[in-house]
Amino acid sequence: MSQNTQFYDSTKSKNPALDEIKEILKFKDLIAQLVRRDIVTRYKRSSLGIIWTMLNPLGTMIIMSIVFSRLFDLRGAYPAFIITNLVAWNFFAQTTAATLSNMIWGSDLFQRIYLPRTSIVISTIGTGIINILFSLVPLAVIYLFTKTPISETFILLPIAILFLAAFALGFSLILSAIGVFFPDVSEMYPIVLTAWMYLTPIIYPEEMIADVLNGWLLYLNPLYHLIKFFRLVTFDGLYPTTQEFIIALVLSFGVLIIGWTFFTRQAKKFAYYV
Amino acid sequence: MVGHSLPDKPKNLPTMSKVKDDTAFFLKDVSVSYQLPNERIHTFKEYAIRLVQGKIKYNSFLALDKINLAVKEGEILGILGRNGAGKSTLLKVLARVLYPTEGQVWVKGQVYPLLQLGAGFHPELTGIENVYLNGTLLGHSKQEVEEKLPEIIDFAEIGDFIYSPLRTFSSGMTARLGFAVATAWTPDILILDETLSVGDAAFVEKCANRMKEFRESGATVLLVSHDVDMVEDLCQRAALLEHGKLIALGHAGEVSKQYRKMLFQDN
Repeated sequence: MSQNTQFYDSTKSKNPALDEIKEILKFKDLIAQLVRRDIVTRYKRSSLGIIWTMLNPLGTMIIMSIVFSRLFDLRGAYPAFIITNLVAWNFFAQTTAATLSNMIWGSDLFQRIYLPRTSIVISTIGTGIINILFSLVPLAVIYLFTKTPISETFILLPIAILFLAAFALGFSLILSAIGVFFPDVSEMYPIVLTAWMYLTPIIYPEEMIADVLNGWLLYLNPLYHLIKFFRLVTFDGLYPTTQEFIIALVLSFGVLIIGWTFFTRQAKKFAYYV
Repeated sequence: MVGHSLPDKPKNLPTMSKVKDDTAFFLKDVSVSYQLPNERIHTFKEYAIRLVQGKIKYNSFLALDKINLAVKEGEILGILGRNGAGKSTLLKVLARVLYPTEGQVWVKGQVYPLLQLGAGFHPELTGIENVYLNGTLLGHSKQEVEEKLPEIIDFAEIGDFIYSPLRTFSSGMTARLGFAVATAWTPDILILDETLSVGDAAFVEKCANRMKEFRESGATVLLVSHDVDMVEDLCQRAALLEHGKLIALGHAGEVSKQYRKMLFQDN
């Protein structure tokens, strides 16, 4: 028996949230492998491969620009405005939706071998981060085309992505934990996403809905704050105010802590529900 | 969440100091109870309506009923019982797949449920990529997999196919690769299901040899089988399960005899 023998005692899990962090650190190589699998298998059989990650937001942006540029006056910068919002939104929409389907794959595995339950969700967000990095290429291309300056505030982009990722992880954990108990969540979620997208200023400027419910429609939408943070440091070329920074920080990591706690508390029962 | 509660701290359990040094694992008063709703509820709407009406009723089904079992390191224990007696639930609890509803499960070292060969294999990935994925799924680091890679490829006997996508493999090759990865490391506790007939006769012998190596290196083995003769041959002790209860535990020959008698009375 080796020096680093592991002991498992089912009665010793007093703090499932902290235990899970320790387990995840042990399984960090698995998460890297799962991300790798997602990226590799997604593109292996398509001839353009990884380029699709870049063409995707570009295509949507072109359609949106043609349809909406006559409705909203953004002095010719509309394509850059919309691709910025879309890159941030797509990250959230794609990772959270992918979590639900990955948990179905995972639940088959959970019945067979032990692995930390959060690993599936974390790897989904990891894949999303790789994809958002790729989609920064078409974003830069559009900025050059529309002569939108790439300003020094871009150095805050990693923080903007970190906030989005923390929020997406926390939200995905809550969503997938509920999804295990109620399978119809995955049927319902695309509808929720569509509604959420139109309620968030993504294809239109925020001024358009700034006075709805005295502005509360915006303030109560966490994605409004996080996508705004992302847009501030990229498209607008502005540093966020202290208030904007704190709101984004508290929202993203608050949801992450809530999601992590909720998920790890429910995780023991997952195997009973498939 | 849904009408389910797991107690946080079971009472009156032995503390760590009472665990003997050579114990491989023990189960203390372990129960697993599945709460089956009378009708399965799949939607929020239905759930909310029934919750308000107070119509959510559960039938609880005891898959394991107060199991007490302690196994020493290096022991080969046979587990006997009819279908639905609780054998797989017992293994799941031991492999950390299922959390017990009540009681304590204590395990020293790594448990390998060999019944799950090739868990998580992906058809689009190459053999090597699948080895890395499967190896890390079993809890090993990338480096540990790297070290064992030549040995795994050699043992699986699949030659240059290792560089091709798994979908081009025959089912025998896939199973061999799964077995090679799963047995590349010597586990502390090995769970052997009877579904271990992999590939041709030569490979079956190779598998049997590797199992023998494991036993000789001091691994604890749990042999789950319908084959009473096999349990009698290989095991020192055997446990007999019936309706989730441990009804006999002792000398393999005697327990096998009891199991045979039980089956005979049925017919």
